[in-house]
Amino acid sequence: MAAAILTATASDLGARIAARELTAVEVTRAFLDQIGRVDGAVHAFLHVDAEGALAQARGVDERLDAGEALGPLAGVPLALKDLFCQEGVPTTAASRMLEGWRPPYSATVTQRLLDAGVVILGKTNLDEFAMGSSTETSAFGPTYNPWDLARIPGGSGGGSAAALASFEAPLAVGTDTGGSIRQPGAVTGTVGVKPTYGGTSRFGVIAMASSLDQPGPCARTVLDAALLHAIIAGHDPQDSTSIDAPVPPVVEAARSGDVAGMRIGVVTELGGEGYDPGVLRRFTEGVAHLRAAGAEIVDVSCPHFRYALGAYYLIMPSEVSSNLARYDAIRYGRRVGDDGTRSTEEVMRLTRGDAFGDEVKRRIIIGTYALSSGYYDAYYGSAQKVRTLIARDFEAAFAQVDVLVSPSTPTTAFKIGERTDDLLAMYASDLCTIPANMAGVPAGSFPCGLSPEDGLPVGLQVMAPPLADDRVYRVGAALERALAAPDGGVLSDRLAPRWTPDAPKEA
Amino acid sequence: MSDLMDYDEVMERFDPALGLEVHVELNTATKMFCGCDNTPGGEPNTKTCPVCLGLPGSLPVVNGKAVESAIRIGLALNCQVASWCRFARKNYFYPDMTKNFQTSQYDEPICFDGHVNIDVDGETYRIDIERVHMEEDAGKLTHAGVTGRIHGADYSLVDYNRAGTPLMEIVTRPILGLGERTPVVARAYMAHLRELMVALGVSDARMEAGNMRCDANVSLAPKGAHVLGTRSETKNVNSLKAVEGALRHEIRRQGALLAAGERVIQETRHWHEEGWTSPGRSKEEAEDYRYFPEPDLVPVAAGASWVEQLRATLPEPPAQRRARLQAAWGFADLEMRDVTGTPGSIDLIEATVTAGASAASARKWWLGELARRANERGIELAEVGVSAAQVAGVQRLVDAGTINDKLARAVFDGLLAGEGTPDEIVAARGLAVVSDDGALGAAVDAAIAAHPDVAQKIRDGKVQAAGALIGAIMKQMRGKADAARVRQLILEKLS
Amino acid sequence: MALTTADVARLADLARIELSAEELERFAPELDIVLAAVASVSEVAGSDVTPMSHALALTNVFRDDVVRPSLTPAQALAMAPAVEDDRFRAPRILTEEG
Ligand SMILES: [Mg+2]
Ligand SMILES: [Zn+2]
Repeated sequence: MAAAILTATASDLGARIAARELTAVEVTRAFLDQIGRVDGAVHAFLHVDAEGALAQARGVDERLDAGEALGPLAGVPLALKDLFCQEGVPTTAASRMLEGWRPPYSATVTQRLLDAGVVILGKTNLDEFAMGSSTETSAFGPTYNPWDLARIPGGSGGGSAAALASFEAPLAVGTDTGGSIRQPGAVTGTVGVKPTYGGTSRFGVIAMASSLDQPGPCARTVLDAALLHAIIAGHDPQDSTSIDAPVPPVVEAARSGDVAGMRIGVVTELGGEGYDPGVLRRFTEGVAHLRAAGAEIVDVSCPHFRYALGAYYLIMPSEVSSNLARYDAIRYGRRVGDDGTRSTEEVMRLTRGDAFGDEVKRRIIIGTYALSSGYYDAYYGSAQKVRTLIARDFEAAFAQVDVLVSPSTPTTAFKIGERTDDLLAMYASDLCTIPANMAGVPAGSFPCGLSPEDGLPVGLQVMAPPLADDRVYRVGAALERALAAPDGGVLSDRLAPRWTPDAPKEA
Repeated sequence: MSDLMDYDEVMERFDPALGLEVHVELNTATKMFCGCDNTPGGEPNTKTCPVCLGLPGSLPVVNGKAVESAIRIGLALNCQVASWCRFARKNYFYPDMTKNFQTSQYDEPICFDGHVNIDVDGETYRIDIERVHMEEDAGKLTHAGVTGRIHGADYSLVDYNRAGTPLMEIVTRPILGLGERTPVVARAYMAHLRELMVALGVSDARMEAGNMRCDANVSLAPKGAHVLGTRSETKNVNSLKAVEGALRHEIRRQGALLAAGERVIQETRHWHEEGWTSPGRSKEEAEDYRYFPEPDLVPVAAGASWVEQLRATLPEPPAQRRARLQAAWGFADLEMRDVTGTPGSIDLIEATVTAGASAASARKWWLGELARRANERGIELAEVGVSAAQVAGVQRLVDAGTINDKLARAVFDGLLAGEGTPDEIVAARGLAVVSDDGALGAAVDAAIAAHPDVAQKIRDGKVQAAGALIGAIMKQMRGKADAARVRQLILEKLS
Repeated sequence: MALTTADVARLADLARIELSAEELERFAPELDIVLAAVASVSEVAGSDVTPMSHALALTNVFRDDVVRPSLTPAQALAMAPAVEDDRFRAPRILTEEG
């Protein structure tokens, strides 16, 4: 019974809770138990809010018992990246700087989840302030990939992705600045979507790089991700960059999965040298599945994508250096070295030197450099021009095709510690995902089988024009369906025997 | 204190160049980027929210009214309005700033290239406006310790109620050729801005309350050299008198330095009410603010129709209005100067005239009796608690002879005590003057009997001596006698 | 162009981050590698290209000038490291305002 709850899809759980076959409390308990059982090994969570989750679940049960009609995910538990403020619940951004901070307000996304009856189990691990591609920069220790505990779960949203893959939650929410939803999705065999920039509210989401950050849904199936997308997306007057337009029909697209007649472009710059052969092989097969489903496949060149990584590592740290200036030991957060003799300036310096980890410090320093007078034009200014060129590449591409596809990541999950001393190798993890952030277009990563080389998950990325998020889901659903036919389910189902209690142990 | 050169001597040897940066706090209902109450003051940290406290995750949203105010200010200063502009982050650390960057504007101000003409003693001076831009104010620091100043304090306390108040920064181009009138013109410019802000209704513009603050830049160049010297910047000068004083002082101080062959250091300075400036931090190495476009806010695109709509809301320029009203009211220049010198009086007099009073009587009440009461209580004339309609009502009773000026003061007491309309107060307090010949005749007879020597003088033709008798009668009747009738009766009886 | 430890120290100073000598020695070459890797960016973009600061072409997003409830002082101050008289307490300040 418990295993059946843990491995069920969110949409199925929501339907059964709405039909009163299951109670929200019962479902919530099952996941809290699962967290208690496996999170010691996975470390997906930084904080489990058992009491709060059960209180929310009870509230949903009461409303449903009273005959109230709630949304399709009411009563379904979710893991929230610890970058989203939740009133009264510890919110740390995985940094010592904010250890113990309890926000006096909730993010718009958090509030929408609660309003929809989604039960928030707790806060998941991430790279410190979302700066990383492996969740190794978390001040509270890494998260382990449920496919291979010696490997990284991706980052920055490794906690959210690992929570899904270890059946600790059927739903999760992440943020994607350069691939922090999609790359963890790819390396954990789960679904992750970065909506069009402005499609989901950033209000109450601890900022990394404001012009790139975007919250988005994570799930094990395409439909679950779409249902979650529909809840968290939509105009928010508290976020000036929020789009005041209807949410694209993502749920219909996920249910349809019809790509017949669709033109799909394969980005020629995102592949080849530096990519695992196993990743390329599965990607090619995935594209073949889409062709078989009736899509027309063409090659498309986006020549400026090769500069995306470099431009990203100027724009992102620049914004980081400014966004993280507020952590100054005055209004909230850690204060170090205030012994009564030191000045504010010294205490600020000591606090920031002590409470920020290496990667955060490096990015702040690079950003400070890129914005400083004399260097602004060469660095920040040039990077913003590259951004324009990337957006033009997308525009030209979408004049020819409906969506673009590529591998989500050049490689499968690497070993913990493998890239911590090689920054460029670490940064290259986001090679495929960054262009979408630079231009603000929607993009998702969908499971595309296991690499024949190492047996680890491979992701296929779908990118669509701004506001055409539904096309991302349509293609994702087509791929999911094509792969489910021979496999008998979604990729993460293969982990069920290992991580759920009633199932037999792995052979 | 450093050496000062005689002002006239400086003027013989140097040409001053002036630059003024004025910060104006808007009186919008809410702050620049959040919905917190923007009224000044209040208990500490009662007007803060995640946005103006800079809490993690919070995001700014622009106050549309503040943008309109910025555009209206720009238009009133004859500026161009940018068809597209952005906010920018000015990055520096300071404990009164919650994000450690100020959301401001950098190379794309909302308004630019304006000018304003300032009249000083019959001469007109043109001040070129470089830009008007939008930004936010910081919180308030209190320094704990013996001095109460930043230096020597043991620690500081921060109240963020003011953090996020909309600030408009109005920057002039370098103003050359003012010579010895530099400080006076600067002062007149400030007075003009203050009046303009009030007329626009965008700011209370009370310098003493910090609603309007001036950074005054001045430099000296050898006479006729047509170069710009090194300037000093005196920060946060907060009265008209101080603007003039600070500039005079800086001109004299710099003159002494240059004459002695020393150089002026580019630095910020602080003004002291006792009439001198002291150095702040020197700017040997310019601060690197690392400006970049604010990614959390979208650009402002002021379309032509919006700008024209706002232009239509501009009030009559203050100088023009003053001239028009002076002519309509028939005031001499000196009379008008008193009106101009009393903030708010021009509006109150205008409203009182509209309510039926003569201009002269409206002026008399507002600048006399009521201004005295406002001064006593340290408040603005408009806050004195009597309306223009009530003043007109009081004057109507005077004109009708029901009361005299002295009794009118008691009517104002009644109005302030909330005792009803002027008519009701006159009735309730029994304030109407006595003009009944019976009662007055008896009082006159008694007075003549009591002062036979005075009476004899009047009989001898010294008519002006009647005043003494009138005074005695008025005193006896506690001011309620009709003084004109009393005089008539005295003269009749003693002729 | 190589980033020296002195450069890193100056930048860390601007960013108000205390770095140990060991950190300066370690960060300088690391950051230099990153900067070298991103250098190509300045070559690709011509002067005729408009820099892109925002992913969306939105303009004029304004809020009505209507007061919304603030936090209570207790809420505002609850998470502060030091508080006195309903104000945030900061160690003594050495520098003057920027
Ligand atoms: Mg300013
Ligand atoms: Zn606020």
